[in-house]
Amino acid sequence: MKYLLPLLLFIALSVFLAIGLKLNPREIPSPLIDKPAPAFNLPVLATPEQRLSQADFKGKVWLLNVWASWCVSCREEHPLLIELAKQNKVLLVGLNYKDEAQAANAWLGKHGNPYNVSVMDADGRVGIDYGVYGVPETFVIDKRGVVRYKHTGPVQPGELENIFLPLIEKLEAESA
Amino acid sequence: MKILYALILCLFVYQAQAEIEYRDFKQPEQEQAYQTLISELRCLVCQNQTIADSNADLAKDLRRQVYEMLQQGKSRQDIVDFMTDRYGDFVMYKPALKLKTMLLWLGPVLFLVIGLATVWVLRSKTGSSDEQLTKEQQAKLNSILEKGDDA
Repeated sequence: MKYLLPLLLFIALSVFLAIGLKLNPREIPSPLIDKPAPAFNLPVLATPEQRLSQADFKGKVWLLNVWASWCVSCREEHPLLIELAKQNKVLLVGLNYKDEAQAANAWLGKHGNPYNVSVMDADGRVGIDYGVYGVPETFVIDKRGVVRYKHTGPVQPGELENIFLPLIEKLEAESA
Repeated sequence: MKILYALILCLFVYQAQAEIEYRDFKQPEQEQAYQTLISELRCLVCQNQTIADSNADLAKDLRRQVYEMLQQGKSRQDIVDFMTDRYGDFVMYKPALKLKTMLLWLGPVLFLVIGLATVWVLRSKTGSSDEQLTKEQQAKLNSILEKGDDA
């Protein structure tokens, strides 16, 4: 009986520490969830004389994937994005973040281009509006232009099937 | 002794500032506001540094953002709101006091109170169990005091 309380305290402490170990300190909840996707009006990477804004995707479920040719972990998730593009289930928009057009185009040429379109955020201002802090990042935006999900860091193999695809399916079923 | 002097001198070393850009301010208050803000905003890439301390690209961009907003005449609160709208409360080294951050602010006080209460309960328990010595114990104690322990 004398040892019961310390034992319980120890167990409680262990549980808290175990949970703490499993949490990812890099995963910061985005305040943008359920808010309208921040506005942008950026030149298209392939054809810089053309510009696109978030409003151009209204009525569609789309992914905004933040990437850069200098980003090492973008290479890691790249095969998954290629796979996603093949399935042709969702509009994949690339936000080419703080990059140079030439390097970005060369990167896509070398590794393959999964994006329906990429826009250039050369000075990272749109990145700030989206709260980007660790490339790659992926936003899921619904038909009304509202951010519904954010993923920081490279998308892992299981996450595509378990998180992204079911969410996209659900959002596709919603009315615009 | 030399080592001691060296150690004492170490106390006066200020934390290095990574910031290298030259910023031009019209009023000294604005510069003050800039310095204060950049030392209160967290660099989210290198989470234990402020954007004043960090050389990360994002920190540079956020310093530029703060500077530009000050130039546009935005207030301190405007800038804080701008940052927390995009990056969440975590971007502030000193998060605002609200329901969501209550545990963060009151947690330490709560633990102190629990600790003090525990100490108080334990002390009052042992205090009450302090019994008077029986006659035999008192006699034994007296004999030990007189002759020493090994008697």
